Amino acid sequence: MRSPLAAAIAIALGLIVLAGYFFPLPILLNVRTLLLGWGVTLLGIATLVGIANLVVVHWRKMRRNGGKDLYSPVLILAFLLTFAAGVWFTPAHPQYQRIVTAIQVPVETSLLALLAVTLAFASLRLVQRRKGWMPVVFLVSAVLFLLLASGMLPVSTNTPVLGDLFAFLNRLPLAGARGILLGVALGSITTGLRILLGADRPYSG
Amino acid sequence: MMTFESLAGLAIILVSTAVMVIGALLARRGKRSAPFRPIPALARLRQAMGLGVEEGKRLHITLGKASILDANNASALVGLSTLERVAQMSMISDRPPIATSGDGALALLSQDALRATYQRGNAAEQYDPDLGRLAGTTAFSYTAGAMPVVHDEQVMVNVIVGNFGPEVALLTEASEQNNAFSLAASDSLPAQAVLYATADEALIGEELFAIPAYLNASPIHQSSLRAQDLLRWLLVLAMIVGMLVKLIELFTGATIL
Repeated sequence: MRSPLAAAIAIALGLIVLAGYFFPLPILLNVRTLLLGWGVTLLGIATLVGIANLVVVHWRKMRRNGGKDLYSPVLILAFLLTFAAGVWFTPAHPQYQRIVTAIQVPVETSLLALLAVTLAFASLRLVQRRKGWMPVVFLVSAVLFLLLASGMLPVSTNTPVLGDLFAFLNRLPLAGARGILLGVALGSITTGLRILLGADRPYSG
Repeated sequence: MMTFESLAGLAIILVSTAVMVIGALLARRGKRSAPFRPIPALARLRQAMGLGVEEGKRLHITLGKASILDANNASALVGLSTLERVAQMSMISDRPPIATSGDGALALLSQDALRATYQRGNAAEQYDPDLGRLAGTTAFSYTAGAMPVVHDEQVMVNVIVGNFGPEVALLTEASEQNNAFSLAASDSLPAQAVLYATADEALIGEELFAIPAYLNASPIHQSSLRAQDLLRWLLVLAMIVGMLVKLIELFTGATIL
């Protein structure tokens, strides 16, 4: 059984924050700012709890697997070193930031390189994976707009017919993106409303 | 003083609320409404979940990296609803589902959702807090942290729902390598493009928000989907009217709006 009190508090606070957007009354704006401030603080604490959970999960995994799993000890060691250095230097210290960036940037760049290869192979497998004409349209558009955006085609906007055609083609992805984003916005509204009505409760209370 | 945008926003919210509440009430009274159009991806998800439970394999739901205070948190909230529903549907499985996320608050909410679901299903002993995990706090560390779950936890179905970047392709690739089924949906445009190319099934645009309704979550989920459809038609109508007004202005030189 879910707690009706938790739901009532969540709905009331949600309605106050929403009312603050529509009715710019000083009292509502002040309450909204205060509530969002509390939210930010709670979010910071939740991140700390989440990181503690991450370390605990890997600690248990390491003990359970009896040293077979190499990732968990590396994660725990890296966390402890980073945490100790952060406490010692403080996170804003230039030396600390230099060390963290020197490790994080190369690792993430190599993952990005891996991602490029993965995507290239996935696009080759696309036609095999999906049936019908949509994968073909997807691939042709991907290659076409890649070429258009690369600037390799020597057509300027002043070229009589081709210039207009290219300008039209350049606008097409924007129109598609707007259509998708409008759909996402409508879905976001109904999702928010379900929470305000208490139908969806992402908290057990 | 309310602006035109505020008034329009308020009207949209009031209309949607009315449609959702009336629809849910009618459904509770047993009134039948027109069925939803079939989404093959969600039919395949149900099938894959059934197979996974039958074979004693695990389901993995990854909720993305949206912060709960961000404007793009709706996809994460849909992910939490999906997690709840998936946990309910796979309660008889030997291996309970695992949820990973890229945000601390989302990880705690996923633990809470799982705990509440098992308590409601009188299976509180199945709940383990390790089932709701923070995989990483940056985009790549989150993906890198979720990949071992796909590889090591005997996962047969990966449900990827939330806010992601293009790096989500690494996750779908890991799923492919383990011969697992992947259904993916995101509110981010780059992620949608990448997921269309790499996931077994991808949901595009607002289809993401239809997942709980198609998994038969509750009458309000289904009526919210109808409210979403109504809003879409109103938007289409507004666009057509706007276009006609512009055309009339162009040809007559008059200023209408």
